[in-house]
Amino acid sequence: MTKYILKRFTMAIVTIWAIITITFFLMHSVPGNPFATESRKIPENIMENLMKKYGLDKPKSEQYMMYLKNIARFDFGESMKSNTETVNEMIARGFPVSAHLGVQAILIALILGPALGAIAALYQNKTPDYISMIISIIGVSVPSFVMGSFLIQFVARNVDWLPIGGWGEFRHTILPSFALAMMPLAQFARLMRSSMLEVLNQDYIKTAKSKGITRTAVIMKHAVRNAILPIVSMLGTTISNLVAGSFVIEKIFGIPGLGMFFTTSVFNRDYTLIMGVTVFYAMVLITMMLLVDIAYMLIDPRIRLTKEGR
Amino acid sequence: MEKLLEVKDLAVSFQTFFGEVEAVRGVSFHVNKGETVALVGESGCGKSVTASSIMQLLPMPPAFYKRGQILFEGEDIVQKSEKEMQKIRGNKISMIFQDPMTSLNPTMRIGNQIVEGLIKHQKLSKTEAEKKAIEMLNLVSVPQPEKRIRQYPHEFSGGMRQRAMIALAMVSNPELLIADEPTTALDVTVQAQILDLMKQIQDKLGTSIILITHDLGVVADMCDRVIVMYGGQLMEEGTVYEIFKNPKHPYTRKLLGSVPRLDMSRSEMLHSIEGTPPDLYKPPKGCPFYDRCDEAMIICKDHMPQRDYHTDTHYSCCWLNHPMAKGVAEGSEA
Amino acid sequence: MEQVTYTKDMFKKAPKDSRNAEQIKRPTIKYWADVWRRLKLNKLAMVGLIILILMGIMSLIGPGLSGHNYYEQDYSQVNVRPNNEFWFGTDELGRDLFSRVWLGTRYSLLIGIAAALIDFGIGVIYGGIAGMASRKVDAVMMRIAEVVYSIPYMLVVVLISVVFSTAGSGTSMFVLILAMTITGWVPMANLVRGQVLQLKESEYSLASESLGATSGWILKKHIIPNTLGPILVNVTLTIPRAIFSEATLSFMGLGLQPPSPSLGTLANDGLAVMPIGLFYQILIPSIFISLIMFSFNVLGDGLRDALDPRLRK
Repeated sequence: MTKYILKRFTMAIVTIWAIITITFFLMHSVPGNPFATESRKIPENIMENLMKKYGLDKPKSEQYMMYLKNIARFDFGESMKSNTETVNEMIARGFPVSAHLGVQAILIALILGPALGAIAALYQNKTPDYISMIISIIGVSVPSFVMGSFLIQFVARNVDWLPIGGWGEFRHTILPSFALAMMPLAQFARLMRSSMLEVLNQDYIKTAKSKGITRTAVIMKHAVRNAILPIVSMLGTTISNLVAGSFVIEKIFGIPGLGMFFTTSVFNRDYTLIMGVTVFYAMVLITMMLLVDIAYMLIDPRIRLTKEGR
Repeated sequence: MEKLLEVKDLAVSFQTFFGEVEAVRGVSFHVNKGETVALVGESGCGKSVTASSIMQLLPMPPAFYKRGQILFEGEDIVQKSEKEMQKIRGNKISMIFQDPMTSLNPTMRIGNQIVEGLIKHQKLSKTEAEKKAIEMLNLVSVPQPEKRIRQYPHEFSGGMRQRAMIALAMVSNPELLIADEPTTALDVTVQAQILDLMKQIQDKLGTSIILITHDLGVVADMCDRVIVMYGGQLMEEGTVYEIFKNPKHPYTRKLLGSVPRLDMSRSEMLHSIEGTPPDLYKPPKGCPFYDRCDEAMIICKDHMPQRDYHTDTHYSCCWLNHPMAKGVAEGSEA
Repeated sequence: MEQVTYTKDMFKKAPKDSRNAEQIKRPTIKYWADVWRRLKLNKLAMVGLIILILMGIMSLIGPGLSGHNYYEQDYSQVNVRPNNEFWFGTDELGRDLFSRVWLGTRYSLLIGIAAALIDFGIGVIYGGIAGMASRKVDAVMMRIAEVVYSIPYMLVVVLISVVFSTAGSGTSMFVLILAMTITGWVPMANLVRGQVLQLKESEYSLASESLGATSGWILKKHIIPNTLGPILVNVTLTIPRAIFSEATLSFMGLGLQPPSPSLGTLANDGLAVMPIGLFYQILIPSIFISLIMFSFNVLGDGLRDALDPRLRK
């Protein structure tokens, strides 16, 4: 098991390195000068100073090594557009907000999604099945920005207690969390339904029934426990997709999270900030995926043994 | 002898996309206390459906009881509710399934799987139940049971899993054990061990067993009576001696002819039964074996023969038994 | 029990040819005909298919129907709500939303289909080679794919779009498709490789090989028909993902170059005017995106169910 974790850890490091490298060379291949704006011309001596400040006067390979070194120390450099904050400070300010929103959304999805899917499977081709499948088909079909703007239009505008945007109190988090949770919730529900249907047809469910334990015990102890495994294995990808959703949701609801900073940095062409946030997100996500993998291993006893040998 | 189970004219069907599939079409038999009855037939003949219906384990829908009764200790199982069935399952009737690789929950420790029913039926504490589980694993010759109950199914070999399944089924000391092809998925050497084990436990606990199989070698070894099933109906029934010495139904004879024996001479051929069993989506009106029977007569096509008793314990359903058939059919020595 | 009068004739041996030992009474249906039959039974999937066909046709002819083109700005007709003249209203610049929405549908579908086809192409080639190649080559290729796939999809898409688009003026269609396919091919490659490996070793390939079939025959008769199903499903589900990504990009200001609209840029424009009460401008493109996603999803689900013969009931 330790061997497997070690292997996965190495893979994660390689992936992060690949992302840093790709990001670096992509960003440095952007044609034109990063400080040039359409509106004003920057005097030559100031430009030279700027280039020096960001190390852009050195050869590419040297810049690359420096960037790697800095990132190893978790130093993402300085923003090109903001004079008051470094990239690190921006991440420190935005990430807790985004993480709060993301965790809340994932929890909603993880609690409601599998429940919905399990109910659908247990009442296959009956009304509860149809209702939960309608909910989940809407969930996967309606992009989060549509969900977000509809929630603002139809809920926030009519319920005084729920604000249309902003951040600070718990009530600010409710609508954006739901808007963000809808897609993974629906995916979980669909996945849970099909895996539950498969599990319910397994021989060991028949064995469990033949013991004379209650239907609830058969479902909870035998069916759900096994049916939920595919959802756990999908969690990494889901979290990654959630980040994409948060870019949009934070913009719609005006939430000062990392996604908002990222969107703004993209709009402003703040290259160091784009690089910093991309690399940071990649690190967070890949760490999450690693954790999910390990968690999966702990939940499924079969993996523990089979992966050990390799 | 006291009848433990009596099945009367049981018919079970499945509602499918193409229409009703009549898997079991009017089956009657009984099981006495302490005896072992074999239910023999090819795959798809309805033997597993019959077995599962005794425990109400068929998915309903699509399956449904069409008619008939299943009397267990005098009470009709067909009429029982799910709640009432839960008191019987794993307590008075237990079942062992064909494939030990898939019939144990992969994410649950063996010990927990064994004690689960016990805790419910006998209201034992976890530690008491666990002690019983260890005893039971000892009885089915699983080495180091104290350690084994903490393990997961994938840490068991196929034979060990089937032992665990037997322990699981027998731990609450049921009256009736239904074994649905318990050795089919196992290695030949392991098969014999498992059968021996079942016999030993039966001797010790006095359980009745319904053994479902297509392996006649297994039947001769451990059963008292044999019921031959084909196309959802019973073709012949008798004691093991009667069936093996004096098979009356052409199908039984064919089944026996397809089993190799040690006393066979080299020139003797192993016979296969040509053709396939009838599709029970549109079951034949007459004898289901008609299409594959070498001795079939005109009457067989549209008329189902009734039971003809040769002795008190031996009957067969075949028109060859009819007095008018004497001498007409060739190859049927009396 | 019926009463039968027995005659001597009834006990004569039945002629052999009156019996048919091998008969199969269940109707047999050819594979693809069966797939289509089952798909047709799935009402939701059929609704999806019909919506997609209608949307496809309308995206071609729709922009010309309203009598207004998609780029002409009319400052006397700004933010007009839907009426007889402008069926879907006009936007901030007085452009006709009806033709813009249908054109946006065209571009969104185009991006989605192109991305899916490119994913398909790369995936089949890469996965096919990995599946057929030696164990070592396969291992290396799959490691590479694994690394590529663990790069968060949206981050790469954004990065590529940022790099290859000029500030403030949107992204070209080519760059959008490139961005979406750069990591998107991996699931398809995995799928193809898995299928190839599985089928290479499956018993029926082995069976036909032992019967003297050539590898070309096995490829044609076994591997392709068996792989086609899952691939088709994957393609159907890739299209909505690409459309969704494009819409998200638009929201980040990285959408299609104006004045060309996509459903994503239209929704983004609509969001800007939502606070001043012009909800229809985001409503209409939102419904369109959702309808497309819905249709592809139900069609993909339906196809998956229809292609799985184990589910045959």
